[in-house]
Amino acid sequence: MPNLIGRARNWRGLWGVLPILLSGCQGGILDPKGQIAADEKSLIITATILMLLVVVPVIILTFVFAWKYRASNTAAEYQPKWSHSGKIEAVVWIIPIIIVTGLSILSWKSTHKLDPYRPLESAVAPVNVEVVSLNWKWLFIYPDLGIATVNELAFPKDTPVNFRITSDAAMNSFFIPQLGGQIYAMAGMETKLHLTAQEAGTYHGISANYSGAGFSGMKFNAIATETPEQFNAWVAHVKATGKPLDAQGYIGLTAPSENNPAAYYTLAEPRLFPAVLHKYMAGRQSMAASDEEIKVAELSRVLCKTPTLAPVKE
Amino acid sequence: MSNLAEQTLDAHVEQEHGHEHHHDTDSQDILGFWLYLMTDCILFATAFAGYAVLYRNIATGPAGFEIFDLKYVAIETAALLLSSITYGFAMISGRRGNKSAVLGWLAVTFLFGATFIGMEVNEFHHLISEGHGPNVSAFLSAFFGLVGLHGLHVTAGLIWMAVLMFEVAKRGLSKQSVLRLSLLSLFWHFLDVVWICVFTVVYLKGVA
Amino acid sequence: MLLGKLTLDAIPFHEPIVMGALGGAGLMGLIVLSLVTKFGKWGYLWREWLTSVDHKRIGVMYIAVALVMLLRGFADALMMRSQLAMATDGAMGVFPPSHYDQIFTAHGVIMIIFMAMPFMTGLMNIVVPLQIGARDVAFPFLNSLSFWLLVAAAILVNLSLGVGNFARTGWVAYPPLAELAFSPDVGVDYYTWALQISGIGTTLTAVNFLVTVIKMRAPGMKLMQMPIFTWTCTWANVLIVASFPILTGALAMLSLDRYMDFHFFTAEAGGNAMMYLNLFWAWGHPEVYVLVLPAFGIFSEVVSTYSGKRLFGHTSMIVASGAITVLGFMVWLHHFFTMGSGANVNAFFGIATMVISVPTGVKLFNWLFTIYKGRLRFEPPILWTLGFMVTFSIGGMTGVLLAVPGADYVLHNSLFLIAHFHNTIIGGAVFGYLAGFSFWFPKVFGFKLNAKLGKAAFWFWQVGFYFAFMPLYVLGFMGMTRRLNHTDHHEWNIYLYFALFGALLIAAGIGCQLLQIAVSIYQRKKLEDNTGDPWNGHTLEWSTSSPPPAYNFAVLPQVRDIDAFTDMKEQGKPYAKPEHYDPIHMPRNTSAGVFMGAFATALGFALIWHIWWLAIVGLVGIVVTLLTRVYDNNKDFYIMPNEIAHTERAAADSRAKEAVAA
Repeated sequence: MPNLIGRARNWRGLWGVLPILLSGCQGGILDPKGQIAADEKSLIITATILMLLVVVPVIILTFVFAWKYRASNTAAEYQPKWSHSGKIEAVVWIIPIIIVTGLSILSWKSTHKLDPYRPLESAVAPVNVEVVSLNWKWLFIYPDLGIATVNELAFPKDTPVNFRITSDAAMNSFFIPQLGGQIYAMAGMETKLHLTAQEAGTYHGISANYSGAGFSGMKFNAIATETPEQFNAWVAHVKATGKPLDAQGYIGLTAPSENNPAAYYTLAEPRLFPAVLHKYMAGRQSMAASDEEIKVAELSRVLCKTPTLAPVKE
Repeated sequence: MSNLAEQTLDAHVEQEHGHEHHHDTDSQDILGFWLYLMTDCILFATAFAGYAVLYRNIATGPAGFEIFDLKYVAIETAALLLSSITYGFAMISGRRGNKSAVLGWLAVTFLFGATFIGMEVNEFHHLISEGHGPNVSAFLSAFFGLVGLHGLHVTAGLIWMAVLMFEVAKRGLSKQSVLRLSLLSLFWHFLDVVWICVFTVVYLKGVA
Repeated sequence: MLLGKLTLDAIPFHEPIVMGALGGAGLMGLIVLSLVTKFGKWGYLWREWLTSVDHKRIGVMYIAVALVMLLRGFADALMMRSQLAMATDGAMGVFPPSHYDQIFTAHGVIMIIFMAMPFMTGLMNIVVPLQIGARDVAFPFLNSLSFWLLVAAAILVNLSLGVGNFARTGWVAYPPLAELAFSPDVGVDYYTWALQISGIGTTLTAVNFLVTVIKMRAPGMKLMQMPIFTWTCTWANVLIVASFPILTGALAMLSLDRYMDFHFFTAEAGGNAMMYLNLFWAWGHPEVYVLVLPAFGIFSEVVSTYSGKRLFGHTSMIVASGAITVLGFMVWLHHFFTMGSGANVNAFFGIATMVISVPTGVKLFNWLFTIYKGRLRFEPPILWTLGFMVTFSIGGMTGVLLAVPGADYVLHNSLFLIAHFHNTIIGGAVFGYLAGFSFWFPKVFGFKLNAKLGKAAFWFWQVGFYFAFMPLYVLGFMGMTRRLNHTDHHEWNIYLYFALFGALLIAAGIGCQLLQIAVSIYQRKKLEDNTGDPWNGHTLEWSTSSPPPAYNFAVLPQVRDIDAFTDMKEQGKPYAKPEHYDPIHMPRNTSAGVFMGAFATALGFALIWHIWWLAIVGLVGIVVTLLTRVYDNNKDFYIMPNEIAHTERAAADSRAKEAVAA
């Protein structure tokens, strides 16, 4: 029985009627579990309705005119030379301009509000996560907590999560559909993303940019815990069971592998993320300005010995 | 049967409509060549954009001021600019129908152009042997890419010039060869203008 | 050493699907070749077609290539849809990523560069010179050369099926994935050289047609009186001239990275992969307007012809197309809002994109008001047009939605995006080309296409399109991203099945069209068009016979109106016979284009496999053939007045016979 109901829902969704469709998408971007995702959903709906105001009449007019002025309907008016009307021209330029103006205002405001780089306002201290996309897995580093994980991410609900993202492989896109928008992970560049979950649960995380053979398996679970205590317990569990992750351990991780299960690490090398970032930034600017930066540069030299990006010679 | 008739007719048409007709296709050729130059201009713009994005990314290699020899490049530039002037003289002689002057000026132009290319090749060779090849950094890649693209164009221009010199020497200064000379003239001056941009953006700014 | 990197291992003997496809293609090729031999048509084919510089014949050959490549690209589509319908719930399907990733890359490249572009170019070749009352294009040999460069590139893409492999990067070939570090084999090189060679051909075509419309319009035809299809092609050519060199540059940089260890886009040594994204889309976005603007022009011609009415707002259509052309260059960044540009930058490009929907919307209204107070005949071209107007409205709407950065953050790279651009490219460009195909077919071949099968094809395509792509919109909302090899979400399955079903319906549509061509050839006597004007057309191409004589117009027409031929008919002198005919100056056919294309193929193949001696042979061959052509003194001839009179009399007789029959 439940199967049948599910089938029926799918059927209805298929016909593209928006309100019905919205209910048919569990787990997707129309089933948001975070503020950003919820805002993005309502933005999609508002923009769509605004556009339907002109699209629906056009589609209806197409059918009406085509039927009314069919050749066999000799009763309809026929004016073969009528090809210009200042009034109609004005209207057909002005209507789209009005709609687009409305959409532009909406876009301008929403783009700033939903800017992935904008930190979220909250009384709760944020969780910082550094993300590295590798061939073909995600490495999550919690610099403040001294742990790292592969393909599993956790944080308490109603807590902002600040992501700093880079890649040590081809370009990927870091995306948890139910929590909000994505951002590219690019070698030698750092991007930022700010998300929060309003409901506890385990959400699908993916790479939304094709990055080679193992791309389809580049999935992770993003776990929003009900309470901070549960999150702390998870951290303790990672610490207790995890192997230490140092430079050599990281180099091992960069070897291509597919469909990786979740793995836990304690962070033995706190400068891992800046060093990975720096690996591809040699010479862009002087990084060796302070003690800290010299250490990062040294570590990045060690990481550079990894074979990931060495050109393959024949 | 029609072969003979065709030939007579050819002569006839040539007399009657020939002038007008050729004038017409000449303007087509020139417009088409201008449009081609536009596409080439955009290709160079792309290379310049790449250079603008990458010139700071010197990685472990040298920056521009460490490797550019402005005096050397100035001589190189002078050779190319002079070649534009001498090409202008070739065109003037061409319009006057002075075949040997055309050939003479083209030869001078060719020498200047070849000097430019020779100096560029020497510069490239020098840089690479010093360990400053395009594989060292994005800056050097963009540098070799942009300057090399211009160099390839000049080389193609030289080959074209050689062909036209051969044509003029063998067939004399027909209307068609003057047209071809004027198309190459457009190309040649265009490369000069591009080089001035290269000189300014790459060398002068690189040293400054 | 003699063969560079090429060894026997390059041939995928171990992959039964690939070998099967190769065997099938080889068999079909053999059948065609032996049929040509059996009927002794090689000489005819060579003299009348392959070496032809006649724009109409070149146009037909372009469309023939487009149709063949449509079958290839569509086979890829069917494989992708089958894989995704099978590889669900954790199953792995039949195509492992090593093969599947080539399929989706090839599908994209083939459909855009080797199906849509040649289809568009073919129609433009056939129609534009006729519409402006010209006898040929400005540079007939260059036109032949452009075509053979396209063929060379198409051969390279198809060779990759059996020799080596194609790129596994997606059709955009983003670095660093497309760099040697991640793609060490020849796939990306096949991609870059095929695109370079065809891109040069496309650029030359655009230059050629721009000169043609500027310099060769019939006496009296002002620029603003050019027919709308010619105008939209002209805007498309402006876009090509301005955008294709950027692709040439970007691909050259990628090749330098791959061949000579440069660092334009590599991750290390300071390269900047994002520069490639910018350059690629600075070409790629104008490119979609290159595809769709001529289709808009076709719809305009079709709507006004079958409504028996003048096009509403001709000037406003031209202006709108121009606005799309200019704006098309200012929106490329919307392909990567998720790169992390600031909110201001993203918002600017988002709004610039939305602004394009204004002129596009105006066009839709203008078509509506062309139907208004008309007499609409429901022939296949008009069905394609109506189907387009409905479908494209939806595709345009989802496009504007994607242009809202906040929405794009969740929809980027999802199947929603896939649905959107198929919605515009199939619902816009392809429907337009197919409308144009059946609209102008009688002009080219002298007989109409079977309308019943044409309508069946339309309905299969139209319904199949909705089945194939509406589920993808839903899947996008459900969080399915593009280029996945397999999925593990039970609730997605039903949509994937429907998408496959839709693809099969479209396959039936394509089948109907092939059948339509075959049946129409069989019924050609019955479907014959003796008048040259089967649809009561408005523009000059309908004023000559079908098929038109080699010289198109015995006397260059005098133009006073946008609908020049309607004007002549109203003046009662559509086929006025002049007092005498002048000899017509025509270009001779030449094999130089064929040979240059062959050398270009060799050059491309040699570069891909690092066979340097062959590369030199190819390059030298191209230059020498070109010089031989340039210094050939026997490039043109004259058609005699008596021959023209004879041809024109036959056309007049056939019109008279038709008039009596009617």
